[in-house]
Amino acid sequence: MSLPTIRVLIAKPGLDGHDRGAKIIARALRDAGMEVVYTGLRQTPEMIAEAALQEDVHVVGLSILSGAHMALVPRVVEMLRAQGQGQVRLFVGGIIPDDDLPKLKALGVEDVFGPGASTETIVARVRQAVEGRAQVSRT
Amino acid sequence: MADLENLAQAVREGQRLALARLLSLIENEQPQGEAALAELYPHSGRAYIVGVTGAPGTGKSSLVNELAKALRAKTYPALQASRPPSVAIVAVDPSSPFSGGAILGDRIRMRDLSGDAGVFVRSMASRGSLGGLAHATASVADALDAAGFEVILIETVGAGQAEVDIARHAHTTLVIESPGMGDDIQAIKAGILEIADLLVVNKADMPGAENAVRVLRAALDLAGNAGGRGARELEWQVPILQTVATTGQGVEALVEMLLRHRQHLHASGQWNERGRQRVAAALDARLRDRLTQSWLARQPEGRYSDMLARVVRRELSPAAAVAELVTAEPEAGPAAGLPAAPTRAGR
Repeated sequence: MSLPTIRVLIAKPGLDGHDRGAKIIARALRDAGMEVVYTGLRQTPEMIAEAALQEDVHVVGLSILSGAHMALVPRVVEMLRAQGQGQVRLFVGGIIPDDDLPKLKALGVEDVFGPGASTETIVARVRQAVEGRAQVSRT
Repeated sequence: MADLENLAQAVREGQRLALARLLSLIENEQPQGEAALAELYPHSGRAYIVGVTGAPGTGKSSLVNELAKALRAKTYPALQASRPPSVAIVAVDPSSPFSGGAILGDRIRMRDLSGDAGVFVRSMASRGSLGGLAHATASVADALDAAGFEVILIETVGAGQAEVDIARHAHTTLVIESPGMGDDIQAIKAGILEIADLLVVNKADMPGAENAVRVLRAALDLAGNAGGRGARELEWQVPILQTVATTGQGVEALVEMLLRHRQHLHASGQWNERGRQRVAAALDARLRDRLTQSWLARQPEGRYSDMLARVVRRELSPAAAVAELVTAEPEAGPAAGLPAAPTRAGR
Protein backbone atom coordinates (compact mmCIF):
# COMPACT_ATOMS: atom_id res chain seq x y z
CA MET A 1 0.00 0.00 0.00
CA SER A 2 1.36 3.41 -0.88
CA LEU A 3 1.90 5.74 2.03
CA PRO A 4 -0.47 8.66 2.41
CA THR A 5 0.63 12.07 1.20
CA ILE A 6 2.94 13.69 3.74
CA ARG A 7 1.36 16.72 5.39
CA VAL A 8 3.60 19.39 6.87
CA LEU A 9 2.87 22.52 8.87
CA ILE A 10 5.36 25.34 8.36
CA ALA A 11 5.05 27.99 11.02
CA LYS A 12 6.90 31.03 12.23
CA PRO A 13 6.58 31.40 15.98
CA GLY A 14 7.56 34.59 17.71
CA LEU A 15 8.04 38.08 16.47
CA ASP A 16 10.58 38.14 13.68
CA GLY A 17 9.04 39.04 10.36
CA HIS A 18 11.35 37.36 7.90
CA ASP A 19 9.56 34.51 6.19
CA ARG A 20 11.58 34.08 3.01
CA GLY A 21 13.27 30.98 4.41
CA ALA A 22 9.96 29.48 5.50
CA LYS A 23 8.49 30.10 2.06
CA ILE A 24 11.46 28.51 0.30
CA ILE A 25 11.12 25.41 2.45
CA ALA A 26 7.37 25.29 1.89
CA ARG A 27 7.93 25.50 -1.83
CA ALA A 28 10.63 22.80 -1.81
CA LEU A 29 8.41 20.42 0.14
CA ARG A 30 5.53 21.15 -2.23
CA ASP A 31 7.74 20.31 -5.19
CA ALA A 32 8.60 17.05 -3.45
CA GLY A 33 4.90 16.15 -3.50
CA MET A 34 4.00 17.07 0.07
CA GLU A 35 1.00 19.08 1.23
CA VAL A 36 2.28 22.08 3.13
CA VAL A 37 0.05 24.11 5.39
CA TYR A 38 1.62 27.53 5.75
CA THR A 39 0.30 29.59 8.64
CA GLY A 40 2.09 32.87 8.21
CA LEU A 41 3.96 35.12 10.60
CA ARG A 42 3.84 35.68 14.33
CA GLN A 43 2.23 32.51 15.54
CA THR A 44 2.09 31.60 19.20
CA PRO A 45 2.99 28.04 20.28
CA GLU A 46 -0.70 27.59 21.10
CA MET A 47 -1.73 28.54 17.57
CA ILE A 48 0.87 26.22 16.07
CA ALA A 49 -0.15 23.25 18.18
CA GLU A 50 -3.83 23.83 17.43
CA ALA A 51 -3.19 24.09 13.70
CA ALA A 52 -1.07 20.92 13.80
CA LEU A 53 -3.96 19.11 15.45
CA GLN A 54 -6.72 20.33 13.13
CA GLU A 55 -4.62 19.66 10.05
CA ASP A 56 -3.39 16.28 11.37
CA VAL A 57 0.10 16.87 10.00
CA HIS A 58 2.98 14.40 10.16
CA VAL A 59 5.60 17.11 10.49
CA VAL A 60 5.87 20.59 12.00
CA GLY A 61 8.65 22.85 10.75
CA LEU A 62 9.41 25.94 12.83
CA SER A 63 11.32 28.83 11.30
CA ILE A 64 12.93 31.00 13.95
CA LEU A 65 15.40 33.81 13.29
CA SER A 66 14.86 35.80 16.44
CA GLY A 67 17.02 33.85 18.87
CA ALA A 68 14.00 32.92 20.94
CA HIS A 69 14.13 29.23 20.00
CA MET A 70 14.98 28.02 23.50
CA ALA A 71 11.80 29.69 24.75
CA LEU A 72 9.52 28.79 21.84
CA VAL A 73 10.49 25.24 20.90
CA PRO A 74 9.95 23.67 24.35
CA ARG A 75 6.48 25.24 24.46
CA VAL A 76 5.53 23.78 21.09
CA VAL A 77 6.87 20.35 22.08
CA GLU A 78 4.99 20.46 25.36
CA MET A 79 1.72 21.47 23.74
CA LEU A 80 1.92 18.90 20.98
CA ARG A 81 2.48 16.17 23.59
CA ALA A 82 -0.30 17.47 25.81
CA GLN A 83 -2.82 17.13 23.01
CA GLY A 84 -1.74 13.60 22.14
CA GLN A 85 0.44 14.48 19.18
CA GLY A 86 3.77 13.28 20.49
CA GLN A 87 4.29 11.36 17.24
CA VAL A 88 4.52 14.55 15.15
CA ARG A 89 8.06 15.06 13.85
CA LEU A 90 9.49 18.46 14.64
CA PHE A 91 12.11 20.31 12.61
CA VAL A 92 13.63 23.72 13.29
CA GLY A 93 15.18 26.05 10.77
CA GLY A 94 16.78 29.46 11.09
CA ILE A 95 19.62 30.97 13.01
CA ILE A 96 20.42 28.53 15.80
CA PRO A 97 23.80 28.64 17.62
CA ASP A 98 25.67 25.33 17.56
CA ASP A 99 25.61 25.17 21.34
CA ASP A 100 21.84 24.87 21.29
CA LEU A 101 21.67 21.99 18.83
CA PRO A 102 22.07 19.22 21.43
CA LYS A 103 19.52 20.91 23.67
CA LEU A 104 16.95 21.08 20.89
CA LYS A 105 17.56 17.47 19.90
CA ALA A 106 17.21 16.44 23.52
CA LEU A 107 13.78 18.07 23.47
CA GLY A 108 12.81 15.77 20.64
CA VAL A 109 13.58 17.98 17.66
CA GLU A 110 14.36 15.71 14.72
CA ASP A 111 16.85 18.00 13.03
CA VAL A 112 17.93 21.64 12.78
CA PHE A 113 18.73 23.36 9.51
CA GLY A 114 20.71 26.58 9.33
CA PRO A 115 21.59 28.89 6.46
CA GLY A 116 23.15 26.95 3.61
CA ALA A 117 21.29 23.69 4.26
CA SER A 118 20.24 22.35 0.88
CA THR A 119 16.56 21.89 0.13
CA GLU A 120 17.36 18.36 -1.12
CA THR A 121 18.73 17.45 2.29
CA ILE A 122 15.74 18.94 4.05
CA VAL A 123 13.23 17.14 1.81
CA ALA A 124 15.09 13.85 2.30
CA ARG A 125 15.22 14.24 6.09
CA VAL A 126 11.53 15.09 6.31
CA ARG A 127 10.57 12.13 4.17
CA GLN A 128 12.84 9.80 6.09
CA ALA A 129 11.45 10.95 9.44
CA VAL A 130 7.87 10.31 8.37
CA GLU A 131 8.25 7.15 6.37
CA GLY A 132 10.66 5.57 8.83
CA ARG A 133 8.08 6.01 11.53
CA ALA A 134 5.22 4.85 9.34
CA GLN A 135 6.99 1.60 8.63
CA VAL A 136 7.67 0.97 12.29
CA SER A 137 4.11 1.64 13.38
CA ARG A 138 2.59 -0.38 10.56
CA THR A 139 4.35 -3.65 11.37
CA MET B 1 -5.01 7.40 18.08
CA ALA B 2 -4.29 3.77 18.79
CA ASP B 3 -7.97 3.11 19.08
CA LEU B 4 -9.50 3.30 15.64
CA GLU B 5 -12.37 1.08 16.78
CA ASN B 6 -14.03 3.87 18.67
CA LEU B 7 -13.17 6.60 16.23
CA ALA B 8 -16.79 7.35 15.37
CA GLN B 9 -17.74 7.54 19.00
CA ALA B 10 -14.77 9.75 19.87
CA VAL B 11 -15.79 12.09 17.05
CA ARG B 12 -19.34 12.21 18.36
CA GLU B 13 -17.99 13.08 21.81
CA GLY B 14 -16.23 16.08 20.34
CA GLN B 15 -12.65 14.84 20.55
CA ARG B 16 -10.84 17.08 18.13
CA LEU B 17 -7.84 14.85 17.61
CA ALA B 18 -10.12 11.95 16.68
CA LEU B 19 -11.94 14.20 14.23
CA ALA B 20 -8.67 15.36 12.67
CA ARG B 21 -7.56 11.73 12.24
CA LEU B 22 -10.89 10.76 10.75
CA LEU B 23 -10.64 13.56 8.19
CA SER B 24 -7.20 12.28 7.15
CA LEU B 25 -8.48 8.73 6.83
CA ILE B 26 -11.34 9.95 4.68
CA GLU B 27 -9.06 12.09 2.57
CA ASN B 28 -6.73 9.14 1.99
CA GLU B 29 -9.64 6.80 1.26
CA GLN B 30 -8.63 4.41 4.01
CA PRO B 31 -11.09 1.65 4.93
CA GLN B 32 -11.13 2.71 8.62
CA GLY B 33 -12.29 6.15 7.53
CA GLU B 34 -15.06 4.72 5.37
CA ALA B 35 -16.17 2.48 8.24
CA ALA B 36 -16.26 5.32 10.77
CA LEU B 37 -18.09 7.55 8.32
CA ALA B 38 -20.66 4.81 7.74
CA GLU B 39 -21.26 4.76 11.49
CA LEU B 40 -21.47 8.54 11.69
CA TYR B 41 -23.60 9.08 8.62
CA PRO B 42 -26.98 8.82 10.39
CA HIS B 43 -25.90 11.77 12.55
CA SER B 44 -25.16 13.99 9.57
CA GLY B 45 -27.61 16.08 7.58
CA ARG B 46 -28.07 18.81 10.17
CA ALA B 47 -25.40 21.36 9.34
CA TYR B 48 -25.96 24.44 7.23
CA ILE B 49 -23.40 24.17 4.45
CA VAL B 50 -22.24 27.37 2.81
CA GLY B 51 -19.98 27.35 -0.24
CA VAL B 52 -17.66 30.28 -0.79
CA THR B 53 -16.14 30.63 -4.23
CA GLY B 54 -14.61 33.25 -6.49
CA ALA B 55 -11.47 34.09 -8.42
CA PRO B 56 -8.04 33.92 -6.75
CA GLY B 57 -7.26 37.01 -4.70
CA THR B 58 -10.83 38.23 -4.31
CA GLY B 59 -10.61 37.69 -0.56
CA LYS B 60 -12.31 34.35 0.00
CA SER B 61 -10.18 33.30 2.97
CA SER B 62 -10.36 36.71 4.62
CA LEU B 63 -14.11 36.78 4.20
CA VAL B 64 -14.53 33.23 5.51
CA ASN B 65 -12.49 34.32 8.54
CA GLU B 66 -14.80 37.30 9.06
CA LEU B 67 -17.94 35.22 8.54
CA ALA B 68 -16.80 32.67 11.11
CA LYS B 69 -15.96 35.44 13.57
CA ALA B 70 -19.34 37.08 13.07
CA LEU B 71 -21.19 33.77 13.46
CA ARG B 72 -19.29 33.02 16.67
CA ALA B 73 -19.89 36.49 18.10
CA LYS B 74 -23.55 36.15 19.02
CA THR B 75 -26.65 34.01 18.98
CA TYR B 76 -28.85 34.11 15.93
CA PRO B 77 -32.61 33.68 16.42
CA ALA B 78 -32.83 32.29 12.87
CA LEU B 79 -30.72 29.32 13.92
CA GLN B 80 -33.00 28.57 16.86
CA ALA B 81 -30.17 28.07 19.31
CA SER B 82 -29.33 29.68 22.61
CA ARG B 83 -25.63 29.99 21.83
CA PRO B 84 -23.54 30.96 18.82
CA PRO B 85 -23.27 28.20 16.22
CA SER B 86 -20.15 26.09 16.06
CA VAL B 87 -18.37 26.61 12.78
CA ALA B 88 -16.19 24.29 10.70
CA ILE B 89 -14.19 25.54 7.76
CA VAL B 90 -12.95 23.39 4.91
CA ALA B 91 -10.51 25.35 2.77
CA VAL B 92 -9.42 23.80 -0.51
CA ASP B 93 -6.28 24.87 -2.35
CA PRO B 94 -4.93 23.42 -5.59
CA SER B 95 -2.51 20.51 -5.81
CA SER B 96 0.40 20.80 -8.22
CA PRO B 97 -0.35 18.85 -11.39
CA PHE B 98 3.35 17.96 -11.57
CA SER B 99 4.51 17.02 -8.08
CA GLY B 100 1.13 16.37 -6.45
CA GLY B 101 2.24 18.65 -3.63
CA ALA B 102 0.39 21.72 -2.48
CA ILE B 103 0.78 24.89 -0.48
CA LEU B 104 -2.28 25.27 1.71
CA GLY B 105 -2.24 28.93 2.65
CA ASP B 106 -5.80 29.72 3.65
CA ARG B 107 -5.01 29.60 7.36
CA ILE B 108 -2.82 32.70 6.98
CA ARG B 109 -6.04 34.74 6.82
CA MET B 110 -7.77 32.79 9.56
CA ARG B 111 -5.54 33.45 12.53
CA ASP B 112 -8.30 35.27 14.41
CA LEU B 113 -10.12 31.97 14.82
CA SER B 114 -7.33 30.34 16.78
CA GLY B 115 -8.15 29.44 20.36
CA ASP B 116 -11.91 29.15 19.82
CA ALA B 117 -13.04 25.62 20.64
CA GLY B 118 -16.21 26.20 18.61
CA VAL B 119 -14.23 26.52 15.40
CA PHE B 120 -12.38 23.84 13.42
CA VAL B 121 -10.37 24.70 10.33
CA ARG B 122 -9.16 22.07 7.91
CA SER B 123 -7.14 22.69 4.76
CA MET B 124 -7.44 20.28 1.87
CA ALA B 125 -5.49 19.94 -1.36
CA SER B 126 -7.61 19.42 -4.46
CA ARG B 127 -5.58 16.28 -5.38
CA GLY B 128 -6.28 16.37 -9.08
CA SER B 129 -9.97 17.16 -8.90
CA LEU B 130 -10.90 19.95 -11.30
CA GLY B 131 -14.22 21.33 -10.12
CA GLY B 132 -12.80 23.55 -7.38
CA LEU B 133 -13.09 20.97 -4.59
CA ALA B 134 -11.29 17.75 -3.70
CA HIS B 135 -12.94 14.35 -4.25
CA ALA B 136 -13.18 13.85 -0.51
CA THR B 137 -14.59 17.29 0.33
CA ALA B 138 -18.19 16.07 0.52
CA SER B 139 -17.25 13.24 2.87
CA VAL B 140 -15.15 15.57 5.01
CA ALA B 141 -18.17 17.88 5.28
CA ASP B 142 -20.33 14.89 6.28
CA ALA B 143 -17.87 14.02 9.05
CA LEU B 144 -17.82 17.60 10.36
CA ASP B 145 -21.62 17.63 10.18
CA ALA B 146 -21.85 14.40 12.20
CA ALA B 147 -19.30 15.81 14.67
CA GLY B 148 -21.91 18.45 15.47
CA PHE B 149 -20.71 21.54 13.65
CA GLU B 150 -23.75 23.64 12.89
CA VAL B 151 -22.36 25.77 10.11
CA ILE B 152 -19.81 24.46 7.61
CA LEU B 153 -18.07 26.96 5.37
CA ILE B 154 -16.46 25.37 2.33
CA GLU B 155 -13.96 27.57 0.54
CA THR B 156 -13.12 26.41 -2.97
CA VAL B 157 -9.84 26.82 -4.79
CA GLY B 158 -9.54 30.16 -6.52
CA ALA B 159 -12.15 29.55 -9.18
CA GLY B 160 -12.25 30.83 -12.73
CA GLN B 161 -15.38 30.38 -14.75
CA ALA B 162 -16.31 26.74 -14.63
CA GLU B 163 -15.43 25.46 -11.16
CA VAL B 164 -19.03 25.08 -10.14
CA ASP B 165 -19.01 21.81 -8.18
CA ILE B 166 -19.55 23.73 -4.98
CA ALA B 167 -23.17 24.46 -5.92
CA ARG B 168 -23.94 20.76 -5.68
CA HIS B 169 -22.32 20.48 -2.27
CA ALA B 170 -23.70 23.50 -0.45
CA HIS B 171 -27.08 24.78 0.65
CA THR B 172 -26.08 28.34 -0.12
CA THR B 173 -23.42 29.38 -2.59
CA LEU B 174 -21.70 32.69 -2.13
CA VAL B 175 -19.75 34.02 -5.10
CA ILE B 176 -17.13 36.66 -4.33
CA GLU B 177 -15.98 39.23 -6.83
CA SER B 178 -13.71 42.17 -6.40
CA PRO B 179 -13.40 45.44 -8.32
CA GLY B 180 -11.57 45.34 -11.63
CA MET B 181 -12.11 41.67 -12.35
CA GLY B 182 -13.53 42.05 -15.82
CA ASP B 183 -16.07 43.73 -18.02
CA ASP B 184 -19.75 43.13 -18.51
CA ILE B 185 -19.22 40.32 -21.00
CA GLN B 186 -17.38 38.36 -18.32
CA ALA B 187 -20.39 38.83 -16.12
CA ILE B 188 -22.86 37.31 -18.56
CA LYS B 189 -20.84 34.24 -19.44
CA ALA B 190 -22.25 30.97 -18.22
CA GLY B 191 -20.77 29.37 -15.16
CA ILE B 192 -19.82 30.77 -11.85
CA LEU B 193 -22.25 33.68 -11.65
CA GLU B 194 -25.15 31.35 -12.36
CA ILE B 195 -24.54 29.34 -9.24
CA ALA B 196 -24.56 32.34 -6.91
CA ASP B 197 -27.29 32.58 -4.31
CA LEU B 198 -25.52 35.63 -2.96
CA LEU B 199 -23.05 37.83 -4.77
CA VAL B 200 -20.46 39.71 -2.80
CA VAL B 201 -18.24 42.50 -4.06
CA ASN B 202 -15.36 42.39 -1.64
CA LYS B 203 -12.69 45.11 -1.34
CA ALA B 204 -15.58 47.54 -1.66
CA ASP B 205 -13.35 50.35 -0.45
CA MET B 206 -11.33 50.15 -3.64
CA PRO B 207 -11.97 52.25 -6.74
CA GLY B 208 -14.29 50.53 -9.15
CA ALA B 209 -16.45 48.82 -6.53
CA GLU B 210 -19.57 50.72 -7.57
CA ASN B 211 -18.90 49.83 -11.16
CA ALA B 212 -18.50 46.15 -10.31
CA VAL B 213 -21.82 46.19 -8.49
CA ARG B 214 -23.49 47.89 -11.46
CA VAL B 215 -22.09 45.38 -13.94
CA LEU B 216 -23.18 42.45 -11.80
CA ARG B 217 -26.62 43.92 -11.28
CA ALA B 218 -27.01 44.45 -15.02
CA ALA B 219 -25.96 40.86 -15.64
CA LEU B 220 -28.51 39.58 -13.15
CA ASP B 221 -31.23 41.80 -14.65
CA LEU B 222 -30.36 40.52 -18.09
CA ALA B 223 -30.95 37.01 -16.86
CA GLY B 224 -34.26 38.06 -15.38
CA ASN B 225 -32.50 37.73 -12.07
CA ALA B 226 -32.53 33.99 -12.47
CA GLY B 227 -29.11 33.81 -10.84
CA GLY B 228 -29.47 30.89 -8.44
CA ARG B 229 -30.77 27.59 -9.70
CA GLY B 230 -34.37 28.25 -10.60
CA ALA B 231 -34.34 31.37 -8.47
CA ARG B 232 -37.02 33.06 -10.54
CA GLU B 233 -39.73 30.56 -9.72
CA LEU B 234 -38.71 30.52 -6.10
CA GLU B 235 -38.75 34.27 -5.67
CA TRP B 236 -35.20 34.55 -4.41
CA GLN B 237 -33.65 37.72 -5.73
CA VAL B 238 -29.90 37.21 -5.75
CA PRO B 239 -28.63 40.09 -3.62
CA ILE B 240 -25.36 41.89 -4.29
CA LEU B 241 -23.58 42.84 -1.11
CA GLN B 242 -20.46 44.90 -0.55
CA THR B 243 -17.86 43.99 2.02
CA VAL B 244 -14.38 44.94 3.12
CA ALA B 245 -13.04 41.75 4.66
CA THR B 246 -9.95 43.41 6.08
CA THR B 247 -12.07 45.69 8.29
CA GLY B 248 -15.18 43.59 8.68
CA GLN B 249 -17.34 46.20 6.97
CA GLY B 250 -20.54 44.72 5.59
CA VAL B 251 -19.95 41.31 7.15
CA GLU B 252 -22.83 41.51 9.57
CA ALA B 253 -25.24 42.28 6.73
CA LEU B 254 -23.78 39.34 4.83
CA VAL B 255 -24.41 36.95 7.72
CA GLU B 256 -27.98 38.23 8.00
CA MET B 257 -28.47 37.64 4.28
CA LEU B 258 -27.04 34.11 4.51
CA LEU B 259 -29.48 33.29 7.27
CA ARG B 260 -32.29 34.81 5.27
CA HIS B 261 -31.40 32.54 2.37
CA ARG B 262 -31.34 29.59 4.74
CA GLN B 263 -34.85 30.48 5.85
CA HIS B 264 -35.92 30.88 2.26
CA LEU B 265 -34.61 27.39 1.49
CA HIS B 266 -36.66 25.95 4.32
CA ALA B 267 -39.78 27.88 3.43
CA SER B 268 -39.63 26.98 -0.25
CA GLY B 269 -38.79 23.31 0.20
CA GLN B 270 -35.44 23.86 -1.47
CA TRP B 271 -33.58 22.84 1.68
CA ASN B 272 -34.59 19.22 1.21
CA GLU B 273 -34.16 19.37 -2.53
CA ARG B 274 -30.61 20.68 -2.28
CA GLY B 275 -29.85 18.11 0.39
CA ARG B 276 -31.06 15.44 -2.01
CA GLN B 277 -28.88 16.85 -4.79
CA ARG B 278 -25.88 16.80 -2.47
CA VAL B 279 -26.41 13.17 -1.63
CA ALA B 280 -27.02 12.31 -5.27
CA ALA B 281 -23.79 14.00 -6.30
CA ALA B 282 -21.84 12.05 -3.68
CA LEU B 283 -23.53 8.79 -4.62
CA ASP B 284 -22.95 9.29 -8.35
CA ALA B 285 -19.27 10.05 -7.84
CA ARG B 286 -18.73 6.95 -5.72
CA LEU B 287 -20.70 4.73 -8.02
CA ARG B 288 -18.69 5.92 -10.98
CA ASP B 289 -15.38 5.29 -9.21
CA ARG B 290 -16.45 1.91 -7.94
CA LEU B 291 -17.82 0.69 -11.27
CA THR B 292 -14.72 1.84 -13.09
CA GLN B 293 -12.48 0.07 -10.61
CA SER B 294 -14.42 -3.18 -10.55
CA TRP B 295 -14.73 -3.15 -14.31
CA LEU B 296 -10.99 -2.66 -14.72
CA ALA B 297 -10.30 -5.42 -12.21
CA ARG B 298 -12.43 -7.83 -14.25
CA GLN B 299 -10.68 -7.22 -17.54
CA PRO B 300 -8.23 -9.77 -18.91
CA GLU B 301 -4.62 -8.65 -18.74
CA GLY B 302 -3.85 -6.12 -21.43
CA ARG B 303 -7.36 -5.61 -22.78
CA TYR B 304 -7.54 -2.02 -21.61
CA SER B 305 -3.98 -1.12 -22.57
CA ASP B 306 -4.39 -2.68 -26.03
CA MET B 307 -7.50 -0.60 -26.57
CA LEU B 308 -5.70 2.49 -25.31
CA ALA B 309 -2.89 1.83 -27.80
CA ARG B 310 -5.40 1.54 -30.65
CA VAL B 311 -6.94 4.88 -29.67
CA VAL B 312 -3.49 6.44 -29.47
CA ARG B 313 -2.81 5.20 -33.00
CA ARG B 314 -6.08 6.85 -34.03
CA GLU B 315 -7.58 3.56 -35.19
CA LEU B 316 -10.56 4.17 -32.95
CA SER B 317 -12.13 7.18 -31.33
CA PRO B 318 -12.39 7.14 -27.52
CA ALA B 319 -16.18 6.83 -27.83
CA ALA B 320 -15.95 3.83 -30.16
CA ALA B 321 -13.35 2.25 -27.90
CA VAL B 322 -15.57 2.56 -24.85
CA ALA B 323 -18.53 1.17 -26.78
CA GLU B 324 -16.46 -1.85 -27.75
CA LEU B 325 -15.04 -2.28 -24.26
CA VAL B 326 -18.38 -2.32 -22.49
CA THR B 327 -20.53 -4.15 -25.05
CA ALA B 328 -18.16 -6.92 -26.11
CA GLU B 329 -17.50 -8.07 -22.57
CA PRO B 330 -15.17 -11.10 -22.62
CA GLU B 331 -16.58 -14.43 -21.40
CA ALA B 332 -13.61 -15.37 -19.26
CA GLY B 333 -14.09 -12.76 -16.51
CA PRO B 334 -14.78 -14.02 -12.97
CA ALA B 335 -18.10 -12.14 -12.87
CA ALA B 336 -19.53 -12.58 -16.34
CA GLY B 337 -23.10 -11.51 -15.61
CA LEU B 338 -22.28 -7.93 -14.87
CA PRO B 339 -24.82 -5.22 -15.47
CA ALA B 340 -24.19 -2.82 -18.31
CA ALA B 341 -22.10 0.18 -17.36
CA PRO B 342 -24.23 3.23 -16.69
CA THR B 343 -24.48 5.59 -19.60
CA ARG B 344 -25.35 8.52 -17.45
CA ALA B 345 -23.50 8.57 -14.18
CA GLY B 346 -23.59 12.33 -13.80
CA ARG B 347 -26.55 14.57 -14.02
